Amino acid sequence: MDLLVGQLFTGLSTGSILLLAALGLSLTFGQMGVINMAHGEFIMAGCYTAYVVQQVVGDAGASLLIALPIGFLVGGVMGLVLEALLIRRLYHRPLDTLLVTFGVGLILQQVARDVFGAPAVNVSVPEALRGGVDLLGVTVPKTRLFIMALAIVAVTAVTLVLRFTPAGRRIRAVVGNRDLAETAGISSRTVDAGTFFIGSGLAGVAGVALTLIGSTSPTTGQSYLVDAFLVVVAGGLGRIKGAVVAAVALGALQAVFETYSTASLAKVGVFIVIVVFLQLRPQGLFTLRTRSLA
Amino acid sequence: MFKFFGTRAGTWTGFAAAALVLFGLAPLVMTGFRLGLLAQFLCYAIVAVGIGLAWGRGGMLTLGQGVFFGMGAYLMAMHLKMADAEFRNGPGAVPDFMELAGIRELPAYWTPFSSAGFTIAAILILPTAFAVLLGLAVFKRRVKGAYFAILSQALAGAFAILLIGQQSLGGFNGLSRFRYFFGYNLDDPVNQQMLYFIVAGVLLVVVAVSLQLRRSRYGELLVAVRDAEERVRFLGYDAANVKVVAYAVAALFASIAGAVFVPIVGIISPASIGIVPSIMFILGVAIGGRASLVGPVVGALAVAWAQTALSEQFPSAWTYAQGLLFILVIALLPGGIASIASVAKRFQTKRTPVEAAA
Repeated sequence: MDLLVGQLFTGLSTGSILLLAALGLSLTFGQMGVINMAHGEFIMAGCYTAYVVQQVVGDAGASLLIALPIGFLVGGVMGLVLEALLIRRLYHRPLDTLLVTFGVGLILQQVARDVFGAPAVNVSVPEALRGGVDLLGVTVPKTRLFIMALAIVAVTAVTLVLRFTPAGRRIRAVVGNRDLAETAGISSRTVDAGTFFIGSGLAGVAGVALTLIGSTSPTTGQSYLVDAFLVVVAGGLGRIKGAVVAAVALGALQAVFETYSTASLAKVGVFIVIVVFLQLRPQGLFTLRTRSLA
Repeated sequence: MFKFFGTRAGTWTGFAAAALVLFGLAPLVMTGFRLGLLAQFLCYAIVAVGIGLAWGRGGMLTLGQGVFFGMGAYLMAMHLKMADAEFRNGPGAVPDFMELAGIRELPAYWTPFSSAGFTIAAILILPTAFAVLLGLAVFKRRVKGAYFAILSQALAGAFAILLIGQQSLGGFNGLSRFRYFFGYNLDDPVNQQMLYFIVAGVLLVVVAVSLQLRRSRYGELLVAVRDAEERVRFLGYDAANVKVVAYAVAALFASIAGAVFVPIVGIISPASIGIVPSIMFILGVAIGGRASLVGPVVGALAVAWAQTALSEQFPSAWTYAQGLLFILVIALLPGGIASIASVAKRFQTKRTPVEAAA
């Protein structure tokens, strides 16, 4: 029983980390069909934001609260700039966008290396989040609970924005059918920029949160990126619901694999499961119903 | 001038010139050290020819060629390690790195690799078969575009992590320190030159195969699938099969390149086959011109040369340069260097000719 609860928790925890990293990606991928390889570097920027804020503020608890919105802004602005300078100019060339943004990611990594140095830096965890809580007989680190809560808040916020605000309606319209949305008077360019701002901002928030459970180095973002992409692929294009289910499922799967084998075999196992899964549902878990052939 | 190279005589002239440079000129003017470097670069060029076929002609952005490169390399390295151990301690001996890791018994999956024939067959068959299986699984279900790119990248990541975990394959350090290559001492400069000639020969063969594929009906079909997969399907072809062939050929090329890479460079480790090295293979192809035949070769050589020349002295500047190259070449010159002539022409005539989407 303890083992099961422990595993369940590890799965949920890994899943919520994946979800935080993948949520923004799912938004931008679904909206514009482009893959932003620099998304990982936006996460990394969020991590360093938390680091810098802590250097300035000092108190760990206050700096975490301040860093979350600032991380969102940092990620969001970087996303806006990237969208305006490059991605906007590469419409209908999704694979080229992938490679171009990889180049951007390389440059951002090197910037981080030149500014903060190659060795990893650490952000100290606030007093209130140290230690663990007993839940159903297992000790659960508070930092992990915080990240789970943050993931829930982020998903709820994004869902509410998409469903109930005018901006969210426009985003959904453009995702559904770009041309029709244009005809209805929606500027898809503005919507794209907005989506990119939100999606990249979420990466920044994810970065701030990730400093609680690991150290930060210039390659931090990269290590989360591939898993985050797999979540988006398995979940289905641009479906928040899909991203949530896929993230939790992949997290649980990885936890189970790791219990019965090694961490390295777990990665391979997850990959195989995804390829098999795509045999059953090539478009991912939840699909937007369209009449297009692609 | 470009028309000439499209003719049969032009093709032969091109190959003769390339052979003359590779086999005649390069060994004359280059020192042994430089020739070794060139041999290493030629390995990357072989991978690039395969990527040019799969990505440039077939539209499949494969971000995981490191997997196949690594397969070929590790298979060859296993044989070399076995041969060295047997040379020192007789049949059934354990390779030196295993002794250091405390592995006394030879793992069962190592045993067949004492046979040279088995190793070569494995290098040719295993990665190709794997690519066919994966290709069928992915393309038959019409998983394509960005989805395929991400899957291939995840594959590279998973493969590297898998190898790091295998102590009986050298783990993080990989396999290194080879003494003999099918009986030839690798320290001998003459044998090193022989390896260079082998790689150069392989490259010419690979380019010839790629050329033949491009000029055949299959090549036409591949480009058709790239540009309008649905139409090809409606015409009664199975687009998935067309893609699988190109993907498998690219995998085979990468595997062969990996196999010759090992005796030349003397080490193979997970660090040189993971996600980042796999994407770096793409950079050369993009710069040279993904859809052209010779472009990927030239691009791969140029990138490898620039990396060697710059990365030691200015590591930071080289990373910036790589990033900028990705951005500038792909955003502004998607056809690569090979398309400069046609781009220049377009500027002269002030007319936009109808071009197939690259």
